[in-house]
Amino acid sequence: MPIEVTGLNYSYKKGTPFEKKVLHDINLRIEDGEIVGIIGPTQSGKTTLAQHFNALFIPQSGKVIVNSINTADKNADLIKLRQEVGYVFQNPDYQLFASNVGEDISFGPRNQGLPSEDVAARVKEAMAQVGLDYDTFYSRDIFALSGGQKRRTAIAGVLACKPKTLVLDDITAGLDPRGRDEILDVVKRLHSEKQITIIYISNSMDEVAELAERVIVVNQGRIAFDDHKINVFNQPEKLREIGLELPELMALAIDLHQQGFNIDPALLKFEEILQSILDNLHDGQVRE
Amino acid sequence: MNPLIETFNLSYAYQTGSVRQVQALREVNMHVRQGEILAITGQNGSGKSTLARHFNGLLTPDEGKVLVDGLSTSNRENIPSIRKMVGMVFQNPDNQLVSSIVEEDIAFGPENLGLPPDLIRERVDHALITLKLEPLRQESPNQLSEGQKQLVAIAGVLAMRPKCIVMDEPTAHLDPRSRREVIDNILRLNREEGITIILLTHYMNEVVHCDRMIVMDQGCIMMEGTPAEIFYQDGKILDYGLDFPVATRLTRNLKHHGIDLTDNIIHARELVERLCQLK
Repeated sequence: MPIEVTGLNYSYKKGTPFEKKVLHDINLRIEDGEIVGIIGPTQSGKTTLAQHFNALFIPQSGKVIVNSINTADKNADLIKLRQEVGYVFQNPDYQLFASNVGEDISFGPRNQGLPSEDVAARVKEAMAQVGLDYDTFYSRDIFALSGGQKRRTAIAGVLACKPKTLVLDDITAGLDPRGRDEILDVVKRLHSEKQITIIYISNSMDEVAELAERVIVVNQGRIAFDDHKINVFNQPEKLREIGLELPELMALAIDLHQQGFNIDPALLKFEEILQSILDNLHDGQVRE
Repeated sequence: MNPLIETFNLSYAYQTGSVRQVQALREVNMHVRQGEILAITGQNGSGKSTLARHFNGLLTPDEGKVLVDGLSTSNRENIPSIRKMVGMVFQNPDNQLVSSIVEEDIAFGPENLGLPPDLIRERVDHALITLKLEPLRQESPNQLSEGQKQLVAIAGVLAMRPKCIVMDEPTAHLDPRSRREVIDNILRLNREEGITIILLTHYMNEVVHCDRMIVMDQGCIMMEGTPAEIFYQDGKILDYGLDFPVATRLTRNLKHHGIDLTDNIIHARELVERLCQLK
């Protein structure tokens, strides 16, 4: 169920002296099964844009069509739409509200009116998908969870509604490296094994470079780039102008390239860069 | 020179006596040197924030003691002097900003010290200039970007003229440019103002700028040393849920393939320089 955005505009406090335009004439289309990164400085409008994808925001002008449903249509079943496009917020404390993990994850499917056996099955499946052991964690108090476990519980709560698309809004902020890697593995698996469309909003260029194929850059409420990640990250000056940076590995590859190494700066994978450096050094040794 | 902060067998538990008691710190012995930048790292829940909250008496030890410039935090009478010496900046600046105008926010601390108005003015100006916030002095903090807000929070602490600032993951919620600005400013406060900095962080690319680092796990200090020493100790850091800076990860792998590199490369530019020599 593709997401189609045409001519989308949005202002906060519209019609008041404090009106502030946050989205200007946005056009984009996200196909089923894609994994798209959205990056941009703070207050660029990326979260406001993404919250239009599941009708948390309704366009003031222009259209957002999700699975051929116009979100501005008064008769649209927005509850169903929000089950299909799940949204995981940056701060899991805003998302988790039950006292224990199992209760929290059950909330969505129970509200869909499913019988309790089905709810239990959904919870079990969702916990398995995010790598939370059912027996260990079902009754675990939310307050006794680590940051990474809270994030995984929040994702499981959304997965239990069987979404076809997941919007993940800066979900690794504040996580330690291990917790972050676990979340990235969960996201990769949901995409490759369950074919869930992933929209990954992040402040980490490295994570976006690792996960996404297509990268959308939002700046001052407009789409600055929408392209394959290699083409986006291959414009370091423009990215810095916007207030973004390069993924660390790529920055290092560019340095080496400028120092005369035969290395493709568009390489984004650790193993490729490692191999390329080795090839350069071994060449040199042969010539000696 | 005596250490600025010292802990002796410091132990602390949350919800002591209840079934939910969590032992957050276990007999921690550490010190902070005058004028250094010390990184404290460790996975979520390792105890680093609990430890940091002992440095200015927000928490006091269940057992053991903490001395700040020789004063024990367990003695309530010492707390005002200790808080003048050790300032704190938290992860989310919204929790720290209190006023609707930037310069008033920065003045809040010195006003509460009971300083005369001209001295308050001087301190606010100095903080604004040091952090390059002058153009924003009349702005409302809620109109600022997250990164600017964090700099205002730091300015507010700076106006207290502390000897030491504890920063608890100050960049966790910032975008790339703001992250760089905050880190550059922290380094400058250390170099130019001589302020001791304690930086709690999960980002190894921030740790590499520090003089020394401490790795915590389960309420204990597991490793202590310069970043170069710690990142080259058998990959032990991975056991504690952390990782390597990119340059170190590449160096370790290149060495494994027989490339002649030394065990101290933590910055990308060091690695690039060395590789250029080898080519």
